[in-house]
Parts: sequence; C-alpha cells; structure tokens
Amino acid sequence: MLSKAGTRLMQGNEACAEGAIAAGLRFFAGYPITPSTEIAEELALLLPKVGGKFIQMEDEIASISAIIGASLAGAKSMTATSGPGFSLKQEGIGFASYTEVPCVIVNVQRVGPSTGVPTAPAQGDVMQARWGTHGDHPIIVLCPSSVAETFTLIIEAFNISERWRIPVIFLMDEVVAHMREKVVVPDVSQIKLVERPRPQVAPDQYLPYAAGEDLVPPMADFGSGYRYHVTGLTHDQTGFPTTKAPEVGALARRLDAKMKRAAPHVTFVDELLVDDAEVAIFAYGVTARAAAKAVRDARAQGLKAGLIKAKTLWPFPSEHVRRVAERARAIVVPEMNMGQLVLEVERASAGRAKVAGLSRVDAEPITPDEILARLREV
Amino acid sequence: MAMPVTHYLRTSKMPHIWCAGCGHGIVLGAVLRAIDSLGLDKDEVCVVSGIGCASRAPGYLDFNTLHTTHGRAIAFATGIKMAKPELKVIVLTGDGDAAAIGGNHLIHAARRNIGITTVCFNNSIYGMTSGQYSPMTPTGSLASTAPYGNIEEPFDLCDLVYAAGASYVARGTAYHALLLSKLIAKAIATEGFSFVEAITQCPTYYGRRNNMRSAVDMLKWQKEHAVPVAAAAKMSAEELVGKFRIGELGTRTRPEYTRRYAAVIETAQKEEAEQDA
Amino acid sequence: MRKEVRLSGSGGQGLILAGIILAEAVIHDGHEVVQTQSYGPEARGGASRAEVIIADEAIDYPKVGTPDVVLVMSQEACNKYARQVKPGGMVVVDETNVKTVPDVEEARVVRLPITDIARHEAGRQVTANMVALGALVGIAGLATPEAAERAVRERVPKGTEDLNLKAFRLGMKRAREALGAT
Repeated sequence: MLSKAGTRLMQGNEACAEGAIAAGLRFFAGYPITPSTEIAEELALLLPKVGGKFIQMEDEIASISAIIGASLAGAKSMTATSGPGFSLKQEGIGFASYTEVPCVIVNVQRVGPSTGVPTAPAQGDVMQARWGTHGDHPIIVLCPSSVAETFTLIIEAFNISERWRIPVIFLMDEVVAHMREKVVVPDVSQIKLVERPRPQVAPDQYLPYAAGEDLVPPMADFGSGYRYHVTGLTHDQTGFPTTKAPEVGALARRLDAKMKRAAPHVTFVDELLVDDAEVAIFAYGVTARAAAKAVRDARAQGLKAGLIKAKTLWPFPSEHVRRVAERARAIVVPEMNMGQLVLEVERASAGRAKVAGLSRVDAEPITPDEILARLREV
Repeated sequence: MAMPVTHYLRTSKMPHIWCAGCGHGIVLGAVLRAIDSLGLDKDEVCVVSGIGCASRAPGYLDFNTLHTTHGRAIAFATGIKMAKPELKVIVLTGDGDAAAIGGNHLIHAARRNIGITTVCFNNSIYGMTSGQYSPMTPTGSLASTAPYGNIEEPFDLCDLVYAAGASYVARGTAYHALLLSKLIAKAIATEGFSFVEAITQCPTYYGRRNNMRSAVDMLKWQKEHAVPVAAAAKMSAEELVGKFRIGELGTRTRPEYTRRYAAVIETAQKEEAEQDA
Repeated sequence: MRKEVRLSGSGGQGLILAGIILAEAVIHDGHEVVQTQSYGPEARGGASRAEVIIADEAIDYPKVGTPDVVLVMSQEACNKYARQVKPGGMVVVDETNVKTVPDVEEARVVRLPITDIARHEAGRQVTANMVALGALVGIAGLATPEAAERAVRERVPKGTEDLNLKAFRLGMKRAREALGAT
C-alpha cells in the first residue's frame, strides 16, 4: 500500500523508492543489482498505483537511456543501481548532463571494483560519481546517512535536478540501503515540489538551449507542441550541433557557471559541535553516524571534537571545511575507501588544519572506536 | 512520382552531412512520404536516433527529435513511449548502431512488442568512422578492419527481429524507394514493435572497396539481388543463394507493451482502492 | 537507554521477520530503533542474523557491538554468538536445536524449547520465530506486549494473525516461567 502520513519502520531502499514517489517520480527504469534491487521491487509495486510507470530494462545502459527519454517526454525519472551498473551508466549520465535532462541516478555502493562484495558496504564510488563520465560536466551528488534522511534527501534530489536541469547522483551505501529505521512520512501536501522551468514563449520563438539569468534554459516536453532537437553533440542555443569554437566554449562555460550558480542552493551539510572543536571529523553516509558517536565519546572524555556531516558530496562543501579548518587543529576523514574525499578536504583546508584520512576497505563499516582512536592520534 | 515532403524538413539545417551518392537521403525520403501518407501531425511524431550516418537524420526533420548515444536509440525511445504512449515514436538507426552495439535493445524491444517503429539504414558498413565492417557486412567483403576480407557471417536482421517477437517486419531498398515508403507506412501504422530494414548504399566506404565504384553500380546491385517475397516463395534455396527478399517478411498481432502496462496501472489502482476501503 | 539485540540461527527460521516485528513494536512504544541483518550467501540456508538496537534518543552508530540480548536458535549460531553477550546481559537459547551452550560468564542463560513449542503447542513449526519473539518481549523488556502484538498482527500474512499471536503469547508465557525457574 502507498505510504500514508505517519510514523513507520522503513528500509533505506524502501524510503528511497517512497520518497521518490513523493517527489513526483513517475517513471523508473532499472536492472536488478544487489544491494539496490529493493528500490526496483518497491517501485514495480507502487508506481502504477499513482499512474506512474515501471520497466525492467534489458541492461543498465538501457535503463539510464530510458529514463532520459521519459524525462524528455515530461516524466520525473529515476534509475537505481550499484557499482558495476553505475560504471555502465556513465555515458548516459554524461548525455543527460550535457543535454540538461533532469533525472536521478541512485547508486547503492558496494565493495568494488568489479563484482567486489555485492552485499557489503563501501564508499568507493565518490570520485566516480563526480568524474565517471568523460569530459567536463556538471553533476550533483547527494548522500544520505539514515533511512529518514534518505526519504527527505531523495525529494531534494528531484527538486534540484528539475530546478537546475542537472542529473543528480544519489549515493547510498549498503548499510543505509538495507537497514530499517523510523521514518516520519509527511503529509503529501507538506512536501514542497519543484518543477523544471518551462518555456514562456510561443513554440516558434523557443530556443531550447538559450538560458536566462539563472543559466538554466527552459525545457519543453516532447509532444507539447515545442518541436526541437536534442543531441549529445556539442550544440548551440538552438539545440543543433556546432563545432564552432566560440559556441563549443560557450556551452562548456555556461554549464560550469550553472553548476556554480546552483552550488549554494544544493549544498547540504549538518554540523555537530564544530564551533569549539579542536579536532573535527568530515564524514558522510553511514560513516557519519559512527563519527557522530565518536564525537560524543570524545567529548565525554574531554576531547573537544566536532563533525562536518556532508549530505552533498558534489559540489564539494569547501566553504564548510575551510571554516572549520580555521579553528580546528586537525580534521579526520574516515571513509570506506582508500581515501577519496580526504583529498578534497585537504584542498579546502589549504594547510590551515592537519588532515588525516582513515580508511577501511574490508567490507565492514568503520566503528566509532576506530574514529576515536584516530582523533586521539592527530 | 510521390509528392515532395519538404514541409517535414528543417531546410535551414541543410546541406546534410551525407556523401554524394549515399542512399540515406532516399531512405529518409521514404520515411517522410510514409509519415505524410498517414497524415501524422508533426507534434505527435518523435524521431530518435543513435550514432552513425543514419542517426544524423533526425536533425533535419521538423518533429520532436532526439539524437542519442551509440546503440541506445531504442532504449531512449522506450522511455519516451512509456511516458507518452500517444506519441508516434520512430527510431532511425544504422546497421552498426542497431545490430552491433544496440543489438540487445533491438531484440528486447521486439520481445516486449512496444509500439516503436525502427527503420534500419543498412549500408553494410560503418560509414561515419570511414569503413569498418559491421554485423551486416557480407562475408568476404573488404573493409578497413577486414583488409583480408570479412570472415564473419552477417545477421538476417529481419529474421532476428521477427523471431524476437516484433509485430511487423519488412525489408526494402533505396532502389525500390516507393515500396520502401509503403512498407514504412505500414510499420508506423502497426500498433506493436515494427521493423523495416532499408538496404542502402555507401559508395564512399563500401562500394569503392568492393568493386562497386559508383552509387549507380550499387543501386544496380540492389535491383539485381532483391527478390520480392512472392517470387522468393516459388524459388528454391539454391536459386536464392546470394539474393535477399524484399517486402513484408512477417506480421502478427500481439498485445502492445504500453497497452499492457495501462492494464497494470488499472489493476494496481483497483487494488489500492480496495485496500483503502 | 540503549539496548542491542542479536537474533541468530539459520536461514528459514524467520529471524529477520522477527527482528522487523520487534523493531516495529519499539516504534509503537515511541522509542528509536534500527534493525539490520546479515546478507549474502551466509543468509541462505546457513547462518542468519538480524539485529535490533533500541534507544531513547537518536541512534548514531547503527551496528551492534556487544549485544545485551542474544537469541540463538541453532548450534552454530550459539557457538558463534552466545559468548559475545554483554556482561549482565541475557542469552535466550532454543533448546530444541541447541544441545550445548558454551560457558557464558556474567550473563543469564534462559533455555526454552522454542521450536518444539511452535511445533507441538502453537501447532506449526514455522511459528518458532513468533515463539522466540514472545520470549524476548516477555523476559528481556525490549517492547511492551501490547505494541508487540500490534506489530505481529500488522506484519504477518493475512489470515495467519491468530496462529502467530498464539505462538507469540506461548513464547512470552513459557519464557517467563523459565526465567522464574532459573
């Protein structure tokens, strides 16, 4: 049954599916892959109840392709996968980014590379989420650390993608995806939904890639009377291919500027006791929860610790890190990878604070005690 | 001669990129005459393509047009058709795009019987990348990646797609342009998945390497090797060696995918209403 | 208050469902809860494990470290997990399947023929997970019986509510008796 307002126990993947529907998702295409499969199963059941559509495609590439097509026809669209499938989807993600087609791509991270450990958590896809497709391109990456946050953050993912016409990668991990927690499902009327900007001009005046002040071109649905061309080739304002240097450069620069314009509106960070922190932690996903525990344990033992919990990984929340680095002696970055965002934290800290990574890559989540020990070392 | 169909063209985007003698313009003309014969509104037609020479066609057409990634046109088209079943979704693709990198999407769309029409411009070669062999290159032909002659056997794409479950499968040629147009019109009018293989010529990268120096040589080859299905039915297997059949190769009635999904929605909503009650 | 519970046994015993129902009962009681489980080949036929953390305030780290309560429903699970219990904690043992219990220091061990109770008294062996849940609710103070019964009713397949509630109540009753006897 569809979620009614109220308090419920929900699995992370279930919250992702139900939050997406609450956000207006009406088309999902996917391919079964652990540990994301419950998202597809849930949506196969629920989407038709709201008049939405679900399709299990023949492969991962077909899935990303189908959601871009559906989005062009006006449906809020999503696909869900894990590392191997995410790798396969990269060309399509680049297409969506370049053609500015709103869509949400969920990647429930597992241990990799290759098949890895399908049923165990990792955070190894952080850099791939940013740089997985070829060429410079705008992309936004959100990362929840609880089931309740999954529900609310996936709604943001859709709103952001529609508002800015940028694909949003929703980067979960196996722990958050499979655990069950309390979710307070809000009344549908309380959920703020954002729609893509629509053309305000007659079809014969419509320039599909001419952006206004906010750098986001208005988007018409296929079949709505605005006949236009969409191509993955470099295109000018009319949407048609171009190889002219000024136009090629102009597109790249507008997309980059659009990303920068969006950044303050799409950067979500929770801070815990950072104001007087001598040592800080930068963490995301399930690791941020071990970090929160480590902060409390450290404080109980007299060590002034604090936490920057990033819910937006890209654009990287450099400003938050810089501010904390000005006061803290050191920043510890625990990650279930060999050190990915630690490099960004180093860049943003710019020598103001010592930055120390903490890696765990054995298919087990990082524990509060491990983080605490690292806090004591630095 | 059929009526000109220039009102469907974005003439401001001309000249097109195709080489002199290329058959793609003839095939595209057949597509447009088919659309014209059905009296379709421009706004209700959505043309989707992948990568390759044929896939540049949508850019010249005044419909809702989408030029996607290599091989994936049918998958993009599936999303469009699902989101807006009322659209006439037509995929224009080439032999490399449809039969190699996109082969999986082709057979699965046919299996689902989703209401998409696919026209495959088969010129037996990768033209855009200047002449590598494709899954449709005849055995023994020369190509830049088959300098000693192609040792692979080509697909019979029509048999493949029909076996996978398509509702309508036909083959025509650039030489038999009027027939081709009629076949495409019937394909578009088909409710389920329809597929037309259009044999066309690439004098630049296929013909020159394979003893057919001009477009005329290649059109003659099409004329001499095509056998209408009715005639082929009376010929022996030996007589058909080296020839190919043209015309309607398979028609069947099966439920169309988006209609089936509409029934899923109905069932799900009924269940939901019952649970609420 | 933070209580960590591990339900362990073998695949097919319904331990994950028992964990989910326990977690839902905790929500009905107004507390915070996280339920996790082991996945993968080891969850199929082999060892199976569900974990529930119950707390008054938001739960940071969602994984069980040292459990306060351990349910063991197979010899293998008993060998692996019984001794991981926190000092002062409790191990609930399904005597039907577990013949030897290792020395568990400073924790209470409650033995109960859970699977036999399900088979012979509740009437279906498949309700062993509900008997076990009843036992945990009855003696480990993890959720109120009212909340647990509501959670059972809402989660089990339609038409099996009475059977499952019967098993749940049997577990609660027999566990309380067993606890009195230890």
